[in-house]
Amino acid sequence: MNGAKALWATLANHGISTVFGYPGGAIMPVYDALTFYPEVRHVLTRHEQGAAHAAEGWAKATGELGVCMATSGPGATNLVTGLADAMLDSVPLLAITGNVASHLMGTDAFQEADITGITLPITKHNYVVRDVAELPRIVAEAIRIARSGRPGPVLVDIPKDIQLAAFAGQIPAPQARPEAPAPNPEALARARELLRGAKKPVMMVGGGSLDAAAEITALARAWDIPVITTLMGLGTFPASDPLWLGMPGMHGSVAANRAISEADVLLGLGLRFDDRVTGRVSGFAPHAAIIHVDLDAAEIGKIVRTHVPVRGDAAQAARLLAEGAQPLPRAEWRAQLDAWKARTETPGHWGAGYAVKAVVDRLRPDDLLSSDVGQHQMLAAQLARFEKPRRWINSGGLGTMGFGLPAAIGAGMAEPGVRSVVIAGDGGFQMTAQELATLKMYDIRNVKICIINNSYLGMVRQWQELFHEKRYSEVWLGDSNPDFVKLADAYDVPAYRASTAEELPGAIDAWLANPKSALLEVVVPHEHGVFPMVPAGAALSEMIETEPARPGAPTPEASEA
Amino acid sequence: MTPEQPTPDHLLSILVRDEPRVLTRITALFGRRGYNIKSLSVGTTEHPGVSRMTIVVSGDRGVVEQAMRQLEKLHDVVKIIDHSLEKYVDRELVLVKVAINPETRVEVRQIAEDFRSRIVDVGRHALTFEVTGDEGKITAFIEQLRPFGILETMRTGRIALTRGSNADIPAHVYHPGETQTLQPVLSAEPREERAREVPNLF
Repeated sequence: MNGAKALWATLANHGISTVFGYPGGAIMPVYDALTFYPEVRHVLTRHEQGAAHAAEGWAKATGELGVCMATSGPGATNLVTGLADAMLDSVPLLAITGNVASHLMGTDAFQEADITGITLPITKHNYVVRDVAELPRIVAEAIRIARSGRPGPVLVDIPKDIQLAAFAGQIPAPQARPEAPAPNPEALARARELLRGAKKPVMMVGGGSLDAAAEITALARAWDIPVITTLMGLGTFPASDPLWLGMPGMHGSVAANRAISEADVLLGLGLRFDDRVTGRVSGFAPHAAIIHVDLDAAEIGKIVRTHVPVRGDAAQAARLLAEGAQPLPRAEWRAQLDAWKARTETPGHWGAGYAVKAVVDRLRPDDLLSSDVGQHQMLAAQLARFEKPRRWINSGGLGTMGFGLPAAIGAGMAEPGVRSVVIAGDGGFQMTAQELATLKMYDIRNVKICIINNSYLGMVRQWQELFHEKRYSEVWLGDSNPDFVKLADAYDVPAYRASTAEELPGAIDAWLANPKSALLEVVVPHEHGVFPMVPAGAALSEMIETEPARPGAPTPEASEA
Repeated sequence: MTPEQPTPDHLLSILVRDEPRVLTRITALFGRRGYNIKSLSVGTTEHPGVSRMTIVVSGDRGVVEQAMRQLEKLHDVVKIIDHSLEKYVDRELVLVKVAINPETRVEVRQIAEDFRSRIVDVGRHALTFEVTGDEGKITAFIEQLRPFGILETMRTGRIALTRGSNADIPAHVYHPGETQTLQPVLSAEPREERAREVPNLF
C-alpha cells in the first residue's frame, strides 16, 4: 500500500462516501489509487471552487463532513474561496491537496504554491504531511478537528513523493466526537432569572443552533418567547409558528429588528453577532440584557457586551434553560410584535421579489434551497418559509458569488431523493456556470436552477442607487449576458424562461415537473431593491422599511389591475 | 482634552506544539485581529515537542481576553498563561552599546557595576553591556546611560515563569514519544484565578 491508498483507506474508514475534486499533476497518485476504492465516489467538478462549494453544500445539508480535493499550485489556490467560506460559516470541510515532491517544496517548482501558508488564516488547522507513516493519523486528526467543537475547514497537503511512498501501518478508525463542555449551572441560573423577569424577551438563533432545532422550539414555547432566526439559522424555528418573527439585520424583517431594538432580554443561541445582523453595534439591542450561548468562547463578548455568557452546546443549553420555564403573561409585548409582523411586505408587483416569492412558495418542507449572493439571496431569505433546519444552503459569512449552483449540486447529491432548488442571480451564476457540466456528467436529476435576471449586479446597483447618487459604475451586465436558455441547452439541461407575471406560473410548473435537473430564467425589471434595509453603519432602529418611491416604477395597484 | 492613556501591557506565556509554522500561526492571529505584539520570545521547554512563547501584548483587558480565546482555539496551542492573574518572575536580556570618552569611561563603568551589568565588548569609543532583569531594572539602566549617548540596544523580549513549585505543564499532559497525546489543558484545568475573572465561561 502506498500513501495515496492509505489516504483513501482512511477516508473510507471514516465513512466518506463522496469526494468533490479535480485532478492534476501533483495529485495523480491519489487519483490513480482512487480506482482501487470503488466505495468512495469522486465527483469531478469543472473548477476547484466548484468542488469546495459542492462539499460545503453536502456538509450544510447533512451536517456531516464535506470533502474536496485538488492538485498543487493553481488547483489548491482555487480552493481558497471555498475554504474561507467554510471558515466563516463553520462548515466541517476536509480539503486534500497534492503538492510537489518534498525535495522540490520551497524551490518555486512547477505548480508549487505554499498552500498551507496561504490558507493559514482561513482554516481551523492545516497540515503538510512530511512522513508517509503519519499520513493516516493526520487525515484522521484533520477529520476530527473539522467536525469537533465549532466545525470548520481543515486542509491536508500531501507532497507527491509521500503519496507514492510505501505505507505499512494501521489505518485508524474514526474517533467519537468529543462532548461539548457542559454549560455552567450558575450561568444558566442567572439566565433563567433574567428570563423570568423579562417583559419583552426575544430569542435570536444562529447557524450554530441548526442541530438544536427541537430543543430551541421547546424552549421558546416553554417560556413563550418570540424567536428571530438569523440568515444562517433560518429553519431552526418553524416559520409557521406564531412566535417566529423572521430574520434580523440589514435585510431583516420589521418585526425582528423592532423587537431587538425594544427587547429587555435577548437570548442569543449559536450566533456570533455579525455586523450584518447587528447594524451599528452601539445601537444594537440598546435596552436588553444579553444572554449569549456559544460553544466558541471567543465569540462571547467579541462584538456585543454580554451580560450572561454561557459556554456550551446550543441543544444542551436550550434543554437546560427550558427547565423551570414560566410562561409569563406578556400580552402587551405579543400585541406589539403582532402589529410589527403585520408590516411584513409581500411583493405585490412584478419584479425580483415577486419572482422569488412565486418560486419559494412552491417549496416543500423537505426541499433544499440554495442561493447565490445578492438581492435574490436576501429576497429568498426574507420570503422562504423554512420549517426545518439544514434546508437553507447559503453563503452567509463570506457572501461568495458563485456559491449557489455548486452548493446545490453538493446538497442535491447528499440527498438524491430531495429537490435541490437554487436561486441565483445573473451575475453570480456566471461565476460557476460551468458546473452545469457536473449536472450533465453525473445525470443529477434533482437540481432546479432559477436565475433571477435583472441584467445588473443588483445588490451593488441598489447601494449605488442609495449611497452613490445612482452612479451605476460597472454593474450593468445586460449587454453581455448569455442567453441562459441556450447556455443550459449546450449542457443538455432543459431550460425555461418567463418574462412576465403571466408567464411565470406555467414556466415554474414545467420547470419543476421536468424529471431532470432544469433551469428557469426569470427576466425581471432592471431596477428593484430589497427592503426593509438597514444602511451599513446605521442602527437596526434606523431601518428603511419600504422601497422609496421611484418615478416611473409601476405601483402595486397598477400592476395588479 | 484628556491626555492619552497608555495601553496596558499584558504578559502571556503560550505553550505550543513544536511544529513548523506554529510561530507564524500565532503571530498571524495577532496580526489579523489587530493585536499589537510588543515583545516575543520563543524557546524550547523541558518537554520535547513543547515550545514556550512569551508574548507581551498591549491592549485593554477585553483585547487580551479575546486574544487568549482566539489562541485557545488553535490546535497547536497547549496552554495559555496570563501572568497578570498570578505571581510570576520575568526577565529580559539586553545588550546596550554606549558611547564613551576618557572623561566618561569611569562613570559609565560605575553605573554598570551598580546595575550588576557585565561588559561584553570594549571598543575605543564604546562599551557594550549585558544586563538581565525585569522591565523596571532595564528601563532604569538604559535611562542612566542615555545621557552618555546610546549607540545601539538589542533586547531579547521578556520571558516569564509563574512563581511557586507548580510547573505550567503538568506531567500528565505530556507523554514523551507520543506527540498525539499532548492534550490542551487550558479549558480542562481552569486556574482558579481565571475562573474568578470570567465566572461563567471556563
